[in-house]
Amino acid sequence: MLTAVLLFLPLAAALLLHFTKGGTARALALGASLVEFALAAYAAVQYKLQGAAGFDLNYAWIPSFGINFHVGMDGLSLLLVLLTTFLVPIILLTAFKHDYHNPSAFYALVLFMQTGLIGVFTSLDAFLFYFFWEVALIPIYFLAGVWGQSERRIQVTFKFFLYTIVGSLFMLAGFVYLYLQTGPATGSLALHSSELSAFYNLKLSAAEQSWLFWLIFAAFAVKMPIFPFHTWQPDTYTESPTPATMLLSGIMLKMGVYGAMRWLLPVVPLGVSQWGKVVMILAVIGILYGAIIAIRQRDVKRLIAYSSLSHVGLMAAGLFSLTQIGLQGTVVQMLAHGVNVVGMFFIADALERRTGTRLIADLGGLTRRTPVLTVCFLVMLLSTVALPLTGGFVGEFLLLAGVYQYNAWLGAVAALTIIFSAVYLLRMFQRVMLGPDSAHSETITDLTGGELLIMVPLIALVFWLGLFPNSFLHISEPAIQQLLTLAGR
Amino acid sequence: MTSIILLSVFGIINLFLGFLRSNKLLLPLVMLALLVVFGVNLLDWNQGSPLFYNMLVVDNYLVAFTGIVVLTALVLIPFSRSYVKTGEPNLAEYYSLLLFSLVGAIMMIGYDHLIMLFVGIEILSISMYVLAGSDKRNVRSNEAALKYFLMGAFATGILLFGMALLYGATGTFHVSAIGTAVAEPANASLLPMLHIGILLMIIGLGFKVSAAPFHFWTPDVYEGTPTFFTAFMSTVVKTAGFAAFLKLLAQALPAAQGFWMPTIVAMCALTLLLGNIGAASQTSAKRMLAYSSVSHAGYLLIGLVGTNGQLFGSPAASGIFFYSLSYSIATVLSFGVLKLVGDQRGREDYAGLNGLAKQNPLLAFALTVSMLSLAGIPLTGGFFGKFFIFAAAVEHGAIGLVVFAVVMSMVSIYYYLKPVIAMYLQPADETSAPIEVDGVQRLTLIVLALLTIALGTIAPMFMSGLL
Repeated sequence: MLTAVLLFLPLAAALLLHFTKGGTARALALGASLVEFALAAYAAVQYKLQGAAGFDLNYAWIPSFGINFHVGMDGLSLLLVLLTTFLVPIILLTAFKHDYHNPSAFYALVLFMQTGLIGVFTSLDAFLFYFFWEVALIPIYFLAGVWGQSERRIQVTFKFFLYTIVGSLFMLAGFVYLYLQTGPATGSLALHSSELSAFYNLKLSAAEQSWLFWLIFAAFAVKMPIFPFHTWQPDTYTESPTPATMLLSGIMLKMGVYGAMRWLLPVVPLGVSQWGKVVMILAVIGILYGAIIAIRQRDVKRLIAYSSLSHVGLMAAGLFSLTQIGLQGTVVQMLAHGVNVVGMFFIADALERRTGTRLIADLGGLTRRTPVLTVCFLVMLLSTVALPLTGGFVGEFLLLAGVYQYNAWLGAVAALTIIFSAVYLLRMFQRVMLGPDSAHSETITDLTGGELLIMVPLIALVFWLGLFPNSFLHISEPAIQQLLTLAGR
Repeated sequence: MTSIILLSVFGIINLFLGFLRSNKLLLPLVMLALLVVFGVNLLDWNQGSPLFYNMLVVDNYLVAFTGIVVLTALVLIPFSRSYVKTGEPNLAEYYSLLLFSLVGAIMMIGYDHLIMLFVGIEILSISMYVLAGSDKRNVRSNEAALKYFLMGAFATGILLFGMALLYGATGTFHVSAIGTAVAEPANASLLPMLHIGILLMIIGLGFKVSAAPFHFWTPDVYEGTPTFFTAFMSTVVKTAGFAAFLKLLAQALPAAQGFWMPTIVAMCALTLLLGNIGAASQTSAKRMLAYSSVSHAGYLLIGLVGTNGQLFGSPAASGIFFYSLSYSIATVLSFGVLKLVGDQRGREDYAGLNGLAKQNPLLAFALTVSMLSLAGIPLTGGFFGKFFIFAAAVEHGAIGLVVFAVVMSMVSIYYYLKPVIAMYLQPADETSAPIEVDGVQRLTLIVLALLTIALGTIAPMFMSGLL
């Protein structure tokens, strides 16, 4: 029942938002997202006390096709639901800082998106999963397109939409094939099932799994994105309004990683072991490629976009290492990256609102007047660089350990990400915040109390993840263990 | 049965209402009449009976598809408001023709005797020929009517020839009897005659539903015809045509499946290709919808590929029903918005939609929902329509065709997104004023948009196995 409330509460709030304006709209949107977070936290407590059994919800949706409305949460889903519900209020607060036209529609789309995201993280039926997967795309398309500022947004969002939808149609094709294998070869479709567990129980030949792997992986590879499916990503991240960028990078990216964990590794394990190496190499190429391009960037937002590309490459590498440590690292890094990247984009946005530019060359010498902003920026940045004590360190360390177990050479190359990210991020920090004075050095103002209020939970979570990762690892461990068993490891 | 009588009576009454000085009463009266017919039609559910010595059969199949065509007409009528406003002198005749054409559509759905099919097609088509040319002073409208009439007359002739050959080969006009005669042929030497007959009937019906390679008239006719009647043409004619097509193939000719299946598959692939490629290269929204209606004929043909030789309890029939319903609703929605925009902004290209979201959020939202539904994106009825039809075909092993159709629907996203981009992402012309939408139209748009979303979320729960 709790799962259903988590799913539909944001949707209900989004619908109500159409009848509100101004302050009421803000209060309603923020209130709903905070209640949602409280519910997710309550779910976490429930999980600690009673386990995952109470979250399961199963109704017949299309009985003549054996398709069910089946949602539930295990530890892995729970962590991602927590991340989503934690970030959405922050994203909404960021949106409040901007003067968007038709703001209640903006907030409504963010909340609508939240329903889609939670749906993806909780679905246990392949069609329901696909359904929510696409539902999450519609609001983000409009958020990025309608409220984006630049002229290029039309082509950019169009490309994004086409890329993702083509990827997901491949996934759908894969799911339909799997679905047709679940029942008797002849007879009514009602005897088939699109349940996740039914997919897990299929006995598919290695040849089938080999091409099924690419069909299903296409959707996840585009969403994450993995090199060379990433070309939509930097443009879309840069041209979108910041709250939409936060949704894309903070949460939507995790849809891809999560999808691969739950719907790829255990479903086509032989395909994974056949092609895993290729994906690992692509992921490592992505790590280096993203990092090297990030060094050359002149736009802060674009730099963070490429940095995100580099980091998601490492997540994918850890994922396909198929080791417990690698997968646990992916989980921690999903949380840490979500927090880091949202924090980074928030700071970039705060700078842009104050100075009107995102170009590194136009900034410099900003620290003197902004001690609080500098500290917040530095914390987020160091966590992204993976300094010990921060969440980023735990995530990347576990990931690298996983990749190293898989192949020492790949591990060594992947470890370059830490050095590279230190290079491009610290260089950016130095030129933006320190360095010679710029036109904005004297006029810039520090973070306001409200903005600090947004940063405090993010910073707190960075350290919580860095100091006590076990409190999160414990939650995901049984789920990861089960996935690895199903994947034959 | 009652619905046929009622529609005819209402049609005649309407002709006499034309003597009234004012048009104002007509629109609500027609809507009321259609509402009554819709309700009366539903009363026949599970009350099946053959009529007129088995010429027509009233069964759930008829009730379901009649429901779609009557509902389509009902929700379309509010968009003829501009005719009332401008004092169109022949409005009563237009409405009568629409009501009569629905009679034809119902006969096409419920026929058991091939002559009934022929009479139904003629009633429907002749009304449409007239309505295509209803904008008398417009050259394009005249062209559309003439083109439609000439091509339509040829197609009907071919269809009739096909029926005659089919009669010659089987000795009967009754669909069910043809089924047995084809399964156990009395005289094997008549087989070529049967095959030619089948082929000619497929060509005739293919023309009516605008399936490639018999679709060439569609873009010109759709563009020239006044938008209100284009909407009618692309929904009611298509739904009735496919209901007739499915009945013919599934009930009369299942035994000859080996013969007609490759033809249908080839037609289907060609229709999908030409429809989608054609639509992608248009700059006029109305012409894009014309090509898109060709492509949807292709998707519905996939449903025919999925037929298992039964009308009831087959996923193909349920799939075609669901697809026709969600397609009709989405099409009315898109043509409705397009008509309002076209009437008041005077243009029917994509640029005419620029900035609509800011000035008329409701219109923009409605058109977006319909575009997403036509593109088959989840949350809308179009997704499940495609899904059911594809599932039926895959069950029959037509995997290659379905893969091709999925690729084509990727292409379709490209052109269905164009109006959405124009409405939401492009700035409005400074000169264009917001579009006036009256209360009934507003209500209709909201209901149709919600219906589309309901079809994409909860309706499959009880409608997926209706037939």
